[in-house]
Amino acid sequence: MSNIKAKSLPSLPKALTGIKGLDEITKGGLPQGRPTLICGAAGSGKTLFSMEFLVHGALDFNEPGVFMSFEERTDELTINVASLGFDLDQLQQDKLIKLDHVHIDRSEIEETGEYDLDGLFIRLGYAIDSIGAKRVVLDTIENLFSGLNNQAILRAELRRLFGWLKDKGVTTIITGEKGDGTLTRQGLEEYVSDCVILLDHRVANKISTRLLRIVKYRGSVHGTNEYPFLIDEEGISVLPITSLTLSHAVSTERLSSGIDSLDKMLGGEGFYRGSSILVSGTAGTGKTSVAGSFANATCLRGERCLYFAFEESPQQIIRNMNSVGMDLQSHIDNGLLKFHASRPTLNGLEMHLLVVHKLVKEFRPSVVVLDPITNLVTVGSASEVKSLLIRLIDFLQAEQVTVMFTALSFKEVISEQTDETVSSIVDSWLLIRDIEFNGERNRGMYVMKSRGMKHSNQVREFVISHKGLDLVDVFLGPEGVLTGSAREAQQLLEKAGVVLRDHAVSRKDREIERKRSVLESKIASLNEEFESLQEELNKTYIEEQLRKEVLEKNREEMTRSRDPRK
Amino acid sequence: MNDTLDINQCRDSEEEDKYYVLRLFITGASVNSLRAVTNIKKICDTYIKDNHSLEIIDVYQEKELAEKEQIIALPLLIKSFPLPERRLIGDLSDTKKVLKGIGITF
Repeated sequence: MSNIKAKSLPSLPKALTGIKGLDEITKGGLPQGRPTLICGAAGSGKTLFSMEFLVHGALDFNEPGVFMSFEERTDELTINVASLGFDLDQLQQDKLIKLDHVHIDRSEIEETGEYDLDGLFIRLGYAIDSIGAKRVVLDTIENLFSGLNNQAILRAELRRLFGWLKDKGVTTIITGEKGDGTLTRQGLEEYVSDCVILLDHRVANKISTRLLRIVKYRGSVHGTNEYPFLIDEEGISVLPITSLTLSHAVSTERLSSGIDSLDKMLGGEGFYRGSSILVSGTAGTGKTSVAGSFANATCLRGERCLYFAFEESPQQIIRNMNSVGMDLQSHIDNGLLKFHASRPTLNGLEMHLLVVHKLVKEFRPSVVVLDPITNLVTVGSASEVKSLLIRLIDFLQAEQVTVMFTALSFKEVISEQTDETVSSIVDSWLLIRDIEFNGERNRGMYVMKSRGMKHSNQVREFVISHKGLDLVDVFLGPEGVLTGSAREAQQLLEKAGVVLRDHAVSRKDREIERKRSVLESKIASLNEEFESLQEELNKTYIEEQLRKEVLEKNREEMTRSRDPRK
Repeated sequence: MNDTLDINQCRDSEEEDKYYVLRLFITGASVNSLRAVTNIKKICDTYIKDNHSLEIIDVYQEKELAEKEQIIALPLLIKSFPLPERRLIGDLSDTKKVLKGIGITF
């Protein structure tokens, strides 16, 4: 029963602002047909905010708007917002926007008795009716207080004005300068009680961050946090904090790291698509080279890669990668690789996150590289950086983008935690460390962790040469792990051993051969001896036979001769 | 030195036959408007009877004037001549202020 009732209840109608991110936070925009107060200190972006509201309304939502300026002149306004690509002159000609500059100067005005602000009402009403406006901006109406003396009249008239605007059904933005301890100097929040948005411009550690907070929104749920926002050539974008529900889709597709031997260590195929990879190590261990190689492999597959360089300029990285046999320039020419180089101190942390968001949405890369994240700590505290990186990883995973961070570890002894404390949230963690031994330094790499795959637990020597990057098995000898020239020496030693052994084997073979031939000749002579003996024996045997026959014959003849009958 | 003196003398002589151009903006028949009309007529008749022109404009009838003339508070009296232009708001009940604003001296 109550359910049915709740469904039939009308919800508060809202007017979309068209400002990126704000409509998500307010769940649909500003209250329609009601006044909204935007307050903030000087330079916090109030005018721009309200102008975007009007222009988007006119262009995207078919709601023309009136901008009544109590500060800037219309031509100044036109020039100021032209940098955002808003052509106010054209919009005015198209009767989508009406600009009106209210000039009020105390020195020109003498108050001579009772008065009211009917002039303003008529003026505004006329402007609204002339273009059929649905949106109105009053920027900054508080200036009336500096132009006119009679506070009692002003307050009464303002109250009447807001009531009148509500009756007209126009969605109104009123801007107000932040006062001491109050939202506005003249207490405008007293009159505008439906929706109040506070803009702030905060400087911490010499880095400024713009923040937006919805102080109050009657009749609607809304985000209550402070949301950072960015003003750039595309206007205002507010960054809604991504949901941390951990419900993003996962992929079983694998991406090559660009180093064959490293892929072999990672179950033979490389990283998962959409995973996060941390490459950490001490200074000069080749983290950027690993990142560059990953970027190179991505582009060679024909996919896009976005490279955020916080330390080196793109040219520098291209040159350095050229020296290890990678041609990144060609990928840039193909439009597959995009560098975004900026000093971490250029922006606050939130700005960096926003910039990453924007560029990822624009460029649609399949791989993002941040090199290195360590420098971000200079702009924020470690916990802030961690929260930033969690949100970043969350966002990128939702977009199915693989991300590689590099991080510099300051400690020589690598603890289980990196300085950015992100090691627990990344999927794969490669560690490169110096192995100092025998008067030289070599790099050893191992896979600290790699979720969801069978990975090698061995330390490999990481070799950077002009041919590229490679991982070589380290030599485990009786003296421990051998790397670099010690490993090569050991390998040479082994090689020498093989030659010696080969030599020894062949000498023995020859001796056997010789012995065999000696024996064989011996056998042959014995055989011949045997044959001659046999012949001798045969000969005597035949002679005996012959003699026997002859004797037989002789006897027969003798007997015949003795027989006289013959 | 002499030049400036001459100019001052010129001004003084001009002040004798000053012509006042006044425009009064009102909103229909509101209380303030009616009071303002009564007050300005009285002042004009008393002090600058023959050397003035007074135009009374109802802004409701000519709404586009509000933007053109930078009107916010009403009633509004604009003295456009002699220069400088002066703007007086209110029902003109404070005669001293009105005279000072228009530039009538005694």
